[in-house]
Amino acid sequence: MKIEVDHHAGLPGVFARENGKVRINAGTLHYRELNNMVKGAAAEGLEEIELENVFGQRYIGSGIRRPVRITVHGVPGNDLGAFMDGPRITVDRNAQDGVGNTMNSGTIVVHGRAGDIVAMGMRGGKIFIRDGVGYRAAIHMKEYRKHVPVLVIGGETQDFLGEYMAGGLVLVLGLGKKGKPKLAARHIGTGMHGGLIFLRGEVEEHQLGKEAAVERASEADLEMIRPHVEEYTNYFGGKADEILGSGFIKLYAKSHRPFGGLYAY
Amino acid sequence: MLRGARVRDDKDFSGCSIFGMMNLRGEKFNGDPMITAIANMKERSNGLGGGFAAYGIYPQYAELYCFQLMYDDQAAKEETEGYLKDSFSLEGAEVIPTRSCEGVSDPPLLWRYFLQPRESIACDLEDVDDFVVRAVMHINVFIDGAFVFSSGKDMGVFKGVGFPEDVGRFFRLDEYEGYIWVAHGRFPTNTQAWWGGAHPFNILDWSVVHNGEISSYGINMRHLEMYGYKCTLFTDTEVIAYAVDLLVRRHGLSIEDMSRVLAAPLWSEIDRMPAREREAHVALRQSYGSLLLNGPFSIIISNREQMIGLTDRIRLRPLVAGRNGDFMYISSEEAPMHLVDDTLKDTWIPHGGVPVVAELIKPAAREEETGGKVLSISGAEPA
Repeated sequence: MKIEVDHHAGLPGVFARENGKVRINAGTLHYRELNNMVKGAAAEGLEEIELENVFGQRYIGSGIRRPVRITVHGVPGNDLGAFMDGPRITVDRNAQDGVGNTMNSGTIVVHGRAGDIVAMGMRGGKIFIRDGVGYRAAIHMKEYRKHVPVLVIGGETQDFLGEYMAGGLVLVLGLGKKGKPKLAARHIGTGMHGGLIFLRGEVEEHQLGKEAAVERASEADLEMIRPHVEEYTNYFGGKADEILGSGFIKLYAKSHRPFGGLYAY
Repeated sequence: MLRGARVRDDKDFSGCSIFGMMNLRGEKFNGDPMITAIANMKERSNGLGGGFAAYGIYPQYAELYCFQLMYDDQAAKEETEGYLKDSFSLEGAEVIPTRSCEGVSDPPLLWRYFLQPRESIACDLEDVDDFVVRAVMHINVFIDGAFVFSSGKDMGVFKGVGFPEDVGRFFRLDEYEGYIWVAHGRFPTNTQAWWGGAHPFNILDWSVVHNGEISSYGINMRHLEMYGYKCTLFTDTEVIAYAVDLLVRRHGLSIEDMSRVLAAPLWSEIDRMPAREREAHVALRQSYGSLLLNGPFSIIISNREQMIGLTDRIRLRPLVAGRNGDFMYISSEEAPMHLVDDTLKDTWIPHGGVPVVAELIKPAAREEETGGKVLSISGAEPA
């Protein structure tokens, strides 16, 4: 049996520029080469950057401080949009680990699933994941005054959601399951000391970290999260009212300094 | 430099890459897609180790044990061959073909032997595999400058110091055809790199590639020593290969139970299980507590029928799986699976401690392997 692995014929690199738009064939370019091209295009003032045939290049969109639109066709590598400050990234397939790592502002929209540690240390901007995410989403997400990061997960989450979470807002819509889904994730909110997590469905006490408190979401809570659910349905379809009306719970930190006494002497 | 000055340390790796690809119907393919896939994760390795295991590559000798050896020098080779001739009938001996390749330098002498245990020695046929394990341990422990890096049937390990794609080209993997392939790119952080310390680690048909760090190496190693396994390779992953051989081949555990030993659920979870399940978990932990792998890991374990992906119980290292028709993939990252298979759609993130098992649907045409048939191998003359 012959497996054809060289199906990305043609040289990687820029292959089209028109009307403030550039298309780059990423192929198997090294991430440094690719990201230099992307940064160069952003610095030139181009507003729209399309990346074709992306296969695992890391740090796409990292460190860019202009409101460019980057479209990723393919599977971007780890740390997509890390330290990003302004761009809007759209991914048409699954993303890998570390989406939005320490991101400051901008938007990431993933038309698929994301891997582990989505929104790790995120401090501003928004991330929308159509499907589920892996372990440790929103680990140590944080906020400061008006900078409140938002992570919306359409599907399910695996364990350690919101681990050591210090701020920000996480919505887990649990779509694709009828009625009130019973969440499978464990250790949710372990070490949580700030921020809010809204989950559609039910969790049992043992699924939560001991630093997380749980209560039913109030009407005011639902109004607060409504714009983010609507933004999700704008990207991926669905009815915001139906989603909002189907039972959310809210997790919050029992204490802002759960480990305050740990090293005190 | 097989056994030169190395710092012995019980910790080893940090950010390695692992990739496995299997055709569930046993149809064979060459090593090209493996080289493409592992090269795609180049950021995860640092050029200090790369390797592959391939199953189904020696059909003409399918019922013979294939020992692949690294030698420091001619003396080690002569001593090893003398030892092998005493215990085995050598049906074939050849240099492992290589090509010169930038990025791979100073290889040891690389030889392979197709072997059959001599009847007079391996008289207790139940234990032929054990006899082979003892022979591997003997060479690795007592023959200076010789190291068996592969000892299964119809399979081989190819590994060395370099980036994995270079090591793959060096070993001419495009010229081999197998139905299960696994690959590893190494990023050693705590010990010196050497050819034998590259992954996969192998004993009999078992191969293991690993990303992570086994901090329980010491206790695991001491437990395995009681069963005759000698850890000689100065790396933590070695214990996984021997633990799997002990648990599954010698003690007959299922893959699921093996996973419950290596990546046992937390006690708080065991406490919440229904009574029967809880009792089973408690029994496994009581019997095999010393084989619990502590520390972060994602691994791919393979044998001639299976390819198994597993992470530690709280998934401190990445692992993604995919399936497209008859092909199964297990990988550190998602992108390389799509790079070698552009129609792949069905991928998922396995839960921590829960094995992903790819199993051969129709075993490749060969006689059912039992101890009793070892000496009546078709195509090979008994000694």
